[in-house]
Amino acid sequence: MADAFLNIQSVKKDYGATTVVQDFNLGVEAGEFVSFLGPSGCGKTTVLRIVAGFETPSAGAIMVGGRDVTNLKPNQRNIGMVFQAYALFPNLTVAQNIGFGLKVAGVPKAEANARVAEMLDIIRLPEFGGRYPYQLSGGQQQRVALARALAPKPKLLLLDEPLSALDAKVRVSLREEIRSIQKKLGITTVFVTHDQEEALSISDRIVVMYGGKAEQIGTPFEIYNRPATRFVANFVGTLNVLEGTVTDAAAGKVRVGESEIVLKQPLSDAKAGATLSLALRPEAISLGRRPGHDSSLSGLISDVSFLGSVIRIRVDLGKNAISLDTFNSPATPPPTVGDKAVVNFAASDLLVLAV
Amino acid sequence: MTDISASDFSRQSAPRVEARRTRLPTQWLGVAPFFIFALMFLILPTAYLVLGAFQNDRGEFTMENIAALSQPSILAAYWISIKVSVASAILGALAGLAIAIAIVRGGLPGWVRSATMTFSGVASNFAGVPLAFAFLATLGRLGLVTVLLNSVFGFNIYSTGFNILSFWGLTLTYLYFQIPLMVVIITPAIDGLKREWGEAAATLGATQFQYWRMVVIPVIWPSFLGTVILLFANAFGAIATAYALTGSSLNIVPILLYAQIRGDVLHNPHLGYALAFGMIFITGLANVVYIWFRMRSERWLK
Amino acid sequence: MKAGRTWAWLTFAAGTAYFFIPLIATLEFSMRMRRGIYSFDAYQVVLGDVRFQQTFGYSVLVSIFTILLGVLIVVPAAYWIRLKMPYLRPVVEFITLLPLIIPAIVIVFGYIRMYGSNSPLPFLATARGTDLLLIIGYATLALPYMYRAVDTGLRTIDVRTLTEAAQILGAGWATIIARIILPNVLIAVLSGAFLTFAIVIGEFTMASLLNRPAFGPYLQNIGANRAYEPAALAVIAFAITWGCMSVIQVLSRFAPKSANQPN
Repeated sequence: MADAFLNIQSVKKDYGATTVVQDFNLGVEAGEFVSFLGPSGCGKTTVLRIVAGFETPSAGAIMVGGRDVTNLKPNQRNIGMVFQAYALFPNLTVAQNIGFGLKVAGVPKAEANARVAEMLDIIRLPEFGGRYPYQLSGGQQQRVALARALAPKPKLLLLDEPLSALDAKVRVSLREEIRSIQKKLGITTVFVTHDQEEALSISDRIVVMYGGKAEQIGTPFEIYNRPATRFVANFVGTLNVLEGTVTDAAAGKVRVGESEIVLKQPLSDAKAGATLSLALRPEAISLGRRPGHDSSLSGLISDVSFLGSVIRIRVDLGKNAISLDTFNSPATPPPTVGDKAVVNFAASDLLVLAV
Repeated sequence: MTDISASDFSRQSAPRVEARRTRLPTQWLGVAPFFIFALMFLILPTAYLVLGAFQNDRGEFTMENIAALSQPSILAAYWISIKVSVASAILGALAGLAIAIAIVRGGLPGWVRSATMTFSGVASNFAGVPLAFAFLATLGRLGLVTVLLNSVFGFNIYSTGFNILSFWGLTLTYLYFQIPLMVVIITPAIDGLKREWGEAAATLGATQFQYWRMVVIPVIWPSFLGTVILLFANAFGAIATAYALTGSSLNIVPILLYAQIRGDVLHNPHLGYALAFGMIFITGLANVVYIWFRMRSERWLK
Repeated sequence: MKAGRTWAWLTFAAGTAYFFIPLIATLEFSMRMRRGIYSFDAYQVVLGDVRFQQTFGYSVLVSIFTILLGVLIVVPAAYWIRLKMPYLRPVVEFITLLPLIIPAIVIVFGYIRMYGSNSPLPFLATARGTDLLLIIGYATLALPYMYRAVDTGLRTIDVRTLTEAAQILGAGWATIIARIILPNVLIAVLSGAFLTFAIVIGEFTMASLLNRPAFGPYLQNIGANRAYEPAALAVIAFAITWGCMSVIQVLSRFAPKSANQPN
């Protein structure tokens, strides 16, 4: 995509004999919010640091706004960055921290002060200008860090797991605040996280990474409902995996336990008798009959967890076991362990996982 | 302890109170030796001297001993002590800071840092008489460096007026334990300079120089200054090295006090107390300032 | 940061030069005793000197008693304060700071005045008494280091939690101290002990003013009267100090590491 604002082209990074990032390609549109999602060690932070300029790629290039920045030092790239550990300068007040980039650039005092006040309003901490970082909570510090990164009006905003060090509640409110500020300012943003709920809730697109490679790039809906690989299916959301045997490849018939399931697609590259893994999201399964749910399997309820608004039920299906979620209903008590159960789903919701 | 109102538990509460009463003496027994020792052999002797500084032979309260400290010879002694301590503190602090920065941020291999820290731990304790011998063997008239400089470069340092048995010689010798002390104390502070600060500053457009000027130096400054003062106090109280090196030729306060204790050279025992009090006052003040600086810098770096 | 690395190496080299040249010079000087060639004659003289053996032996003996005294005073106090009386901590830390503030010469001056022959506690009236006072003085000098070593050791093993866990499991005080506290704190105590040893061996001021035949005054005496032997003694002293510190480093590797603290 030659017209993308941020272009990461064929970037590769080796540390000695280990390849940490392999042939990474991504084009980010102007104003887009893209998340890098993956477990620790998958290379997502490395790619981010290459974009920022703290690491040099072993191969490939970084283009920002049509300009090749690969060989530029970090302080020449006009990029804003927010770190996991906040990294506020402890000897400067909140206002001085936010104004740091402006001071370095030589912006006149009056203009800088106006900009700092503007940023303090945007992060909703207008009275905090004179405080020091050690007087702020984690969430407040991170908001100041965000304001500091955005004050010099950078072309690109990078966030390296900014919410990982915060409490759960603060994490949720702060990610929404980050997203709304980003939308208001329209700044191109790359967000690194290992928390899939974070990535799903605020991104325009997600890059799921594993082992230094991009496993899938797509919108949250695509990533969740049409995972391209087994890893993506497993990593994003919970997944029930059913082991079955192919009985009729052309007709798409698979034997799971005692029942036979008819898939809506023929299994072209499978032979009769081959084992297959079928995956199903918990929300796609129901205990009672639902319109559209044309397939069923029977078993015994082995565990019921009352999680508040959601009741998680575990059903034993012989060799397989699945977990399904149903909403709490104040009038109906949850099922009992040991009851017989029939689980229903639509065959078209089944994902055939690459073995 | 919350109130348990159930009747079954009330039976247990009575013996529990008694047990707590007998437990009290044990913990105080454990710490008593420490406090008695400190009192008898640290606090009281010092207090004795301090009181003595303000008394005359008849036991009356007087300030004349303190006033007598303003004798030219005594003032000269204090002045030399202060000069040597300040010189070795500042030079030692700067050199120690440079070394600490080199081993922490210099990009040197890992063994450099651990070797330096280990050596610094040893060297900061290698003071006293052997240190004087070592420097005499190095820069004395027949010392290795003196001889080498003379034979290889034809440069006789003694011809320039340098003498190891002098103010600068003593300062140079003191650096041998001042620099390691600085390295040991300031390295954790340099460690505390988070890498992310430098990266954040870079993304905000700052050059290395700007980052150092606007962030690093202000953050390190309290620790640095505080440690300079600690080094000052350290040098001020030292005597053995000076005694072994310069004998009584360089009349620093500890040497004067030593002579006074040995043989009342000042012809006034209470003046000795005043000398000691002057020493405690200066080193005590220095340490208070050091602690204040340390608390300030620790508050920031929470 | 390539320029930075060059500066770092230069600084490191300069530091190494400043610290190693005196050591090399001392070693070289000590070997110059026999005219014309290098030899260990100075060492032979020194090690064969009766006064060396006597004073060195005296200082070693004194240091052992100092260590025992230090342990007896510090360990129970550090333990109980950590366990039951954390409010005493600031007081104790202030007290352990005092020997670093009050110079040794002032401390021993105070002893001479307070515990002289005419005082209620006449330490100085007898030779044994003076020896005892010297041991006490050394224990005072070593107090900050001994306390810090033991306190760090206790903190690393989280004494309070271990004690409570043992109590819940039914252990009495004797068992707790013998089987849980002491083994874990032994390494820390040994570290403090070696530091004390290093301090005592080289100490001059107190021994000289109390007129005891210790190693420090002997060193100074030799330095005033002889040429090559002082250098040999300095090398020996440095080797001993280095030896003590190395033992402490090795010991720290055997110290129990805290399970939950990453550093």
